[in-house]
Amino acid sequence: MLQKTYENIDSIGRAILTIKAQGVHNKELAEVIYPNGQKAFAQVIALNGDQVTLQLFGGGFGVSTDCKIRFLGKPIQVGFSDDMLGRVYSGNGQPIDGGPELLSDRVRVAGPSINPVKRLIPKDMIRTGVPMIDVFNTLVRSQKIPIFAKAGEPYNRLLANIATQTDADVIIIGGVGLKYDEYHYFRQRIEEAGSKNKTIMFIHTHRDSIVEGLMVPDLALAVAEQFALQGKNVFVLLSDMTQWSDYLRQVANAQDQIPANQGYPGDLYSQLASRYEKAADIEGAGSLTILGVTTMDDVTHPVPDNTGYITEGQFFMKDGYLELFGSLSRLKQQVNDRTRPDHRSIMNAMARLLSEAEERVKAQKFGSVKDDYSLRLLAYRQTFQRELMDPFRYLELEDALDLCWDILAQHFKKEEVGLSSTMMEEYWPKKGEYKVLKVLADE
Amino acid sequence: MQKAKGNVTSVNESLVGVQATDGAIMNGEVAYITIEDGKRLKAEVIDVKEGDNAYLQVFEDTSWMKVGDPVEFTGLPLAVKLGPGILGSVTDGLQNPLYELGKIEWFLERGLEVAPLDTVQKWHFTPKVKPGDEVTGGSVLGSVPEKLFEHKIFVPFTLQGNYTVEHIAVAGEYTVDEPIATVTDSTGKKMELKMAFEWPVKKPMPFNERSVPVKPMPTGIRILDALFPIAQGGTACCPGPFGAGKTVLQHSLAKHSEADVVIIAACGERAGEAVEVFKDFPELIDPRTGKSLMDRTYIVGNTSSMPVAAREASVYMATTVGEYYRKQGLNVLILADSTSRWAQALRETSGRKEEIPGPEAFPMYISTLISAFYDRAGVEILADGQTGSLSIIGTVSPAGGNFDEPVTQATLLSTGAFWGLSRALSDARKYPAIDRIDSNSKYPSLLEENEVAYLLELLRDGKTIASNIILMGEKGITDESYIRYQKAELLDAVFLQQNSFHEVDGVTHPQRLRQMFTMVKQIIDAPVYIQGKEKIRSHFNFLRQAFLDWNYMRPDEEGFEKQKTTLLNLVKQRGHVAENV
Repeated sequence: MLQKTYENIDSIGRAILTIKAQGVHNKELAEVIYPNGQKAFAQVIALNGDQVTLQLFGGGFGVSTDCKIRFLGKPIQVGFSDDMLGRVYSGNGQPIDGGPELLSDRVRVAGPSINPVKRLIPKDMIRTGVPMIDVFNTLVRSQKIPIFAKAGEPYNRLLANIATQTDADVIIIGGVGLKYDEYHYFRQRIEEAGSKNKTIMFIHTHRDSIVEGLMVPDLALAVAEQFALQGKNVFVLLSDMTQWSDYLRQVANAQDQIPANQGYPGDLYSQLASRYEKAADIEGAGSLTILGVTTMDDVTHPVPDNTGYITEGQFFMKDGYLELFGSLSRLKQQVNDRTRPDHRSIMNAMARLLSEAEERVKAQKFGSVKDDYSLRLLAYRQTFQRELMDPFRYLELEDALDLCWDILAQHFKKEEVGLSSTMMEEYWPKKGEYKVLKVLADE
Repeated sequence: MQKAKGNVTSVNESLVGVQATDGAIMNGEVAYITIEDGKRLKAEVIDVKEGDNAYLQVFEDTSWMKVGDPVEFTGLPLAVKLGPGILGSVTDGLQNPLYELGKIEWFLERGLEVAPLDTVQKWHFTPKVKPGDEVTGGSVLGSVPEKLFEHKIFVPFTLQGNYTVEHIAVAGEYTVDEPIATVTDSTGKKMELKMAFEWPVKKPMPFNERSVPVKPMPTGIRILDALFPIAQGGTACCPGPFGAGKTVLQHSLAKHSEADVVIIAACGERAGEAVEVFKDFPELIDPRTGKSLMDRTYIVGNTSSMPVAAREASVYMATTVGEYYRKQGLNVLILADSTSRWAQALRETSGRKEEIPGPEAFPMYISTLISAFYDRAGVEILADGQTGSLSIIGTVSPAGGNFDEPVTQATLLSTGAFWGLSRALSDARKYPAIDRIDSNSKYPSLLEENEVAYLLELLRDGKTIASNIILMGEKGITDESYIRYQKAELLDAVFLQQNSFHEVDGVTHPQRLRQMFTMVKQIIDAPVYIQGKEKIRSHFNFLRQAFLDWNYMRPDEEGFEKQKTTLLNLVKQRGHVAENV
């Protein structure tokens, strides 16, 4: 295709450039050519008459009015081949691990969504060995689910754990706004776990431009989708989507878009959804599971709020624990009736009692908790936290379920737990005979 | 009106500016933009400026469009095709059947259009008129059997005035595209009629005669049917933060509501949720009809990763189909999930048009649109005296779960029932997590008015006492108050809470609701003479356990009556024993 070069730049902003040009396509890829011959990528994001607005992958800093813009006559694409496994790429698709560039097929980025009739109802549990996930909020193949946590919580450690402890065929890591040491940590963990040869990384760190950061999820998901279509079960890790949303806000702002909530553009929901919705269990092919990270201070902030409406639940991490309240797996009902007959019942009973205990915590502040039952609830809450909420304690699901029965029996009478009588006959431990729980001396 | 042509002048995501040449442009008409690879992208005129400049919202991805691309205007507003074959189908927001699209491509590639109704399937038509009969728009020409009922074939509602039937097809098999009648108007002009016709989605179908919603529509969900009911032809607003159980509630309503037809408008929500419905429902037998649940269901899916501009169209399309089946004399229920996504789509477009924004950047006219939408629900008395109804349950996804935002507020003003989902209740696993105190309904319940008041009073008392317990501890309140509190807790646990995943407990029919209410009332009315909080709590724990065991039993199950007796004995015995002490 004919490549046209233009040199009459109108304006240069932090991430946006406008220029007069003709015959340009919406979303076309372009190159900024500096006077010294260096090049950087850009993409058309709006057209108005002969005025073309471009998003600059390298940012606006250093771009001058004597730069030239060459329109490349093609959309953004990403390479796709098995040789990419084990490699690390930047947000503009270039290798950054010192290895050679690959000549491979190129596939479209941010393509349309899969026809819903080609989706299967998710039905396979992913065993993670994390009790708060396996018992209470079971992860299911093709699920899209983020970790909600304050910055500084060990969410990347959990993300890497889950990805490497499970049976994924391919792991794709999309790092957006990573600190260098976080990037290093991912690389190290993947290598230690022996997963390097099934992993591809797309990495944007704080030294790279925000437009490259914006591209990372699209590149990661486009490649993941191709593997899934080939029949692979793919795990995509996206960390951190709050920073990604922040970049989106900056670019929208640079385009003078009217902000909706807290400066975020009105299409934040659709933007997040079109990425997360790539997760799918595809009929006659493989699957794509997305584990994300959404850093936040408050769940009502626009990013976690919009994310919660899109994803199939979230794991809420606080003070190093995986919390029960605030966490949710929307797909757990698809699988937890086929694990063990007591799974659903014990899960609900444990949660109900913990919720009762939480009310007593409030009351305790008024010094009004003195009765035996309330004190037992509070003791139960402590045991629950210690035994179950550590995200890095590894337990098989069956052991974790037994542990739940042990904890109930330690603190409650049968009629207090609200479980059916037949269920209790089978699972309620005999006095003092716990299967998993080790009672501490002072209890 | 001469159809216009034109060329693209600007592209900003889904908003495209067009300079029109020769012909008039109509606000709301459909246009097609042809891009370089020959694909034709469907769009709708949403604004006309300076006489010949139009703003189009494009229902597809606008990548690779360029200034100068040719545009053809159709002169026709966005319409839905109405006729037999809609029930049991799944379409996108523009009525393209998804299974048909799936035969062409794995992905929802742009520029694909498929006939909305099956053009090959033959329907057995039975005529109801004869040559010489006088007819008008809405008159019944005949009928065909569709799934569960006789589908009336109408003279298109768009026809005004009187017509004479000149020819009517004999009983036999016809497709929706074959002519089945010829009519002439007063001037003698002939017109061929088919079994299907189009109606513009944004234009409400006029009521023959409108009536008010007073007949309860049982949903199988106890808290709704007893305390916050919806009527046939009524409207309900169901806002809630994410994770409070909107989805599970919607699915339960779609399965168990006593409606003839259920239309699910999956607007901007997760694709997986629609998939669950259209892959599960064909396998599920509806106990009311003995047929597949899918036979009464129609799904419009404009899920969250499909083009945003078609969100609005999907909601209106669902509504128009609903109005059409109401004209069939059926009780139709629309589940619109979520109206917030529709409002957000309007906000996106409004922002691109640089309209002055209202609160939270929603357009100023959002409340008017929402009110007009819910006004399309209602009860209709048809020309033949039959009654049809269209009920709308709209979910709202308020930012931050805060109901004090424009979409929730506008919806509350327009609907008759309010089911506020609460995160505190869902955290406590008290499903359905519908706020027991703040929700309300102006429709009649399956229970008597005084019975509803009786339950609500107990719930309010329970809440007050619960907050006293937090402040003062259990020791700080009297045994009498504590018993009242335990009764409220019991009512919540065994009657208002419901396990929607349980085969028996998941749906409660009116007769059983009455039976359960009677039992609950007996327990609440029974005096309790036990003293001491520990003993009182234990008494109610036993009651709760026995009641829950009973809830999980089928009425025809061995042991059902026995469990009922056990429960009653528990109520009497405990009171009795205490009396003797």
